[in-house]
Amino acid sequence: MGFETIVYEVDEQVATITLNRPTAYHAITEMMNKEITKAIKTASKDGDIRCIVLTGSGKAFCSGQDLADVDEDTNHASFLRERYHPMLMAMKQAPKPIVAAINGTAAGAGMSLALAADFRVMQAKAKFISAFLNVGLVPDSGFIYILPRLVGYAKALEIAAIGKPITGEEAYELGLVTEVYDSSEWDEKVKQFVNRLAALPTTSFSLIKRYMLDGMHSELDVFLEQEAQAQRIAGLTQDHQEGLHAFAEKRKPKFTGR
Amino acid sequence: MSKTYINVLKEGPIGIIQLNRPNALNALNRLMVDEIVEQLEEFNRDDQIRVILLKGNHRAFAAGADIEEMMEDTPLTLEMTDPFAVWDRISLIKKPIIAAVNGFALGGGFELALHCDLIIAAEDAKFGFPEVKLGVMPGAGGTQFLTKAMGRRKALEWIWLGESMSAKEAAHYGVINRVVAPELVEEEAMRLANQLTKQAPISLRLIKEAVYAAEDLPLLEGKKLERKNFYVTFASEDQNEGMQAFKEKRPPSFKGV
Repeated sequence: MGFETIVYEVDEQVATITLNRPTAYHAITEMMNKEITKAIKTASKDGDIRCIVLTGSGKAFCSGQDLADVDEDTNHASFLRERYHPMLMAMKQAPKPIVAAINGTAAGAGMSLALAADFRVMQAKAKFISAFLNVGLVPDSGFIYILPRLVGYAKALEIAAIGKPITGEEAYELGLVTEVYDSSEWDEKVKQFVNRLAALPTTSFSLIKRYMLDGMHSELDVFLEQEAQAQRIAGLTQDHQEGLHAFAEKRKPKFTGR
Repeated sequence: MSKTYINVLKEGPIGIIQLNRPNALNALNRLMVDEIVEQLEEFNRDDQIRVILLKGNHRAFAAGADIEEMMEDTPLTLEMTDPFAVWDRISLIKKPIIAAVNGFALGGGFELALHCDLIIAAEDAKFGFPEVKLGVMPGAGGTQFLTKAMGRRKALEWIWLGESMSAKEAAHYGVINRVVAPELVEEEAMRLANQLTKQAPISLRLIKEAVYAAEDLPLLEGKKLERKNFYVTFASEDQNEGMQAFKEKRPPSFKGV
């Protein structure tokens, strides 16, 4: 597919979106917002793809919004509504796991992008930097919605307001990332992690994704009804039948995502 | 039992109409509306049918009206053919009508859903009146039904802006009844329809009349009509069966007589 600011590659069941503006540490431009959105939607619709990876080329993950696009005339609200919100909604609606493979610094909106993924794996020496307050702004793109849900209010407030850089090791301790890998084993370990997700019963995963986050702010009775429907849908999948057979035959299930 | 633009089937006491113009996201043309209305009337007369279900496909309930068909219209051709008048006949259907909405219910499609008694929709369903963006406005009851459902201010906001309303918003404002997983819209609509088939048909019918009257009549007139309908239920065998079953602590079996 013809993209300018990202590279979109499919390897078997995994689609990888690599941010690719190396001269600006992959700072996000309007075109990049649109291209990420399009890539996520493409991967969402492709029935063969069962996991999506977001990463950066070379040494950076993403340095955040390209400040060359921001001046005194910028309407920051329109900016978010037009550029970031469609991207974030596409990520939320993608019915498959999205992994942010944080290979280098994730700053500002780059950190938000990583937080909006379903899973984060990180290089030990990479850093999260919430740079928003440094330029007198509010952490945006869902940052202050998602972060307290990941690490609790106190830590989230600390990160959002004080904004001390967080290394991979620290992020792991905080529960902000699932795995930390050394740069020497990065590619191989990320691949293993991603392949594990791609082998999940994808429909069941998508139902967890669809209902768990919203469940954090809905009533139990409302949630239980959604759970019943989710289980009905999962119960109709081939993967559920495969799981039952594998259990009876005492073997590992081989899920297809159908 | 299919016609040009609808599929018709019966599942026991449930009469099902599926809109079937898949290549046009079920956009409603005049023949299609005629077919829907005629089928509703047929189900209304059919003693075997207790509940009617109206559905689209997984992409769209109905994404508006057929614009092409209207391009050449003038005020006089519209006056003479009066294409929206046929919709009024839907209001004469006495049996419960459930709309099962997946995907888009826009313009005429939204109006069709609003003509139904109950609406079940997918979490990702979209409702809206985009007519304003074409320099026209809803013409088949949209302004009336939506205002009765959500009140004047919210109705104006939606119809003026022509933006689409999520199922969550529609449920919040009481425009639709239930929001369910997209995969289960039909199943949940059928579950609701089945529940209704267990109720006394004469009660359902008289309740429908009284509830609709509440929107149009002054309170005392409405109460008078309600009373009369209550008294009428005592002419039915089902009233006797219902009260006997209650006394005998068993579930009733209603026959619709």
